[in-house]
Amino acid sequence: MKSGFETVKRYVSIYGALIRYSLIHEMQFKVNFLLWILVEFLWFGLQLVFMSVLYGHTESIAGWSKWEVVLLVGCNQFIQQLFHMLFVTNLSNFSELIRKGTLDLLFLQPVNTRFLVSVKKFEIGNSINALMGLAVVFYALTKLGKMPSITQWIGFGFLCLAGVSVHYSLMFLLACVSFWTVRAQGIVWGYYNLFNIARLPIDAFPRGAYRAVFTWVLPMLLVSNVPAKLLANTLSAPQDLLPVFGMAGLCYVVSEGVWRWSLRHYTSASS
Amino acid sequence: MEKYFHVVGLGIQNTLAYRVNFLCRAAFGLVPLAGTLFLWKAIYADRPTGAILGGYTLAQMISYYLLVTVVDSITAVAEDDWQIAADIKDGGVSQFLLKPMDYLGYRLCLYGAGRAIYTTMALIPVSFFILFQRASFVGPADPQTFCLALFSIFLAGLLQFFIAYTVALMAFWVLDVSTFIFIQFALEYLASGHLFPLDILPPILHRLILLTPYPYLLYFPVGISLGQIRGHDLWRGFILQAFWVVTAFVIARIMWARGLRKYTAVGG
Repeated sequence: MKSGFETVKRYVSIYGALIRYSLIHEMQFKVNFLLWILVEFLWFGLQLVFMSVLYGHTESIAGWSKWEVVLLVGCNQFIQQLFHMLFVTNLSNFSELIRKGTLDLLFLQPVNTRFLVSVKKFEIGNSINALMGLAVVFYALTKLGKMPSITQWIGFGFLCLAGVSVHYSLMFLLACVSFWTVRAQGIVWGYYNLFNIARLPIDAFPRGAYRAVFTWVLPMLLVSNVPAKLLANTLSAPQDLLPVFGMAGLCYVVSEGVWRWSLRHYTSASS
Repeated sequence: MEKYFHVVGLGIQNTLAYRVNFLCRAAFGLVPLAGTLFLWKAIYADRPTGAILGGYTLAQMISYYLLVTVVDSITAVAEDDWQIAADIKDGGVSQFLLKPMDYLGYRLCLYGAGRAIYTTMALIPVSFFILFQRASFVGPADPQTFCLALFSIFLAGLLQFFIAYTVALMAFWVLDVSTFIFIQFALEYLASGHLFPLDILPPILHRLILLTPYPYLLYFPVGISLGQIRGHDLWRGFILQAFWVVTAFVIARIMWARGLRKYTAVGG
């Protein structure tokens, strides 16, 4: 039995190799690489345009000023692009792995299968878009005249990690649907719709079913709102941070349970 | 002509297999729609009731987004552009060079069949949603408005298809068209009025955008239904819409003729 440290070391080196491979692959198509960065940049720009058009007609939305919302959109971009860089491509390919039977091959590897299907491809281009998001966060903070403390930044870092983890677990859950319906290309599209609402200020939603579901079941209204509020100093109490971490843990546990249960139902496409 | 009816029939049979997929797609699409509506409600909530913002009351604003959803489910391209690009990449186009069938006509029939099925499926969640919002839903005021809106939706569908077709034909020249499809889609999302009604923009921007083809995909038909576009603007709009449909068609034809010269029939 290998020690935990050995295992971690082994996985880090495997991940290093996967990243290296992804980079080499990416650099074969340089123009395409740049175009993808442009695409993500355009969508980010659209979100900002939308918000600035709204604030052309109003001073505040549910108590949020213009630059607070820009800060929120920036935080959301940062988290989403990190998620994209690490997981999205892999999870959207998942239904293809099942349809073509390639998944069988991955079962044979002496590595955790969930690890392999989740991180196989690393999208370096999205790190540049993530940095753009961070730049907007900084700009919005200067406009607000706020300089968060080191503790706030550390908290922000952890919240972002938790946010990425929430996105990952939920999209992984959706991807598990492809164990039952082979034609599940709608997954990316479905998920895109979900994380669309993460960039909206939570206070705009009246207390009711919608807000409850997207806070306590699919915590889309927490993942970007809480870090933005932390930086802008608008959290009502420090314990407001806890739901994000709690939901991140919960979503992961549920997704692992569903994954194991789904595997038991797996009938290979190729055999 | 009869052979194209067969294509429509085939298209319907093929897309019927995706009906559950379509239903989920339409239902999922309601999540961000509800989000946007909540955002607008929050903006109007800070004002006296009946306040007008950028020319819209809250009810008109909500109806705008609901009608955008309706028109979008009737006209949006789903997989057509990806399939066209794949046909070019995998050599699937070759058979059309030998058959007495026009590829554009063939794709148009498939698009029409796909939209018919999609709209039918999307109608279920969307009409429930509209019913839920009925307190603030204003539809076309009279039969004449309704017919004009319907006609402009028809033209919007043609325009949408020709634009998607033209972008997909770039597969003759580049390895991966997906980035072009997404860039086009981003422009369309903004300039068609998907994100917000274009007339809440500063007047100069609004008038500039009206010269591009995009507003005639959503903003124009929706504006007619709401009664926001009337009289002089209506006829001017129809002329521009027709102009863009014809232009997009001509460009699509030219692209196809040029593309074929580059075509290498891989795998065909």
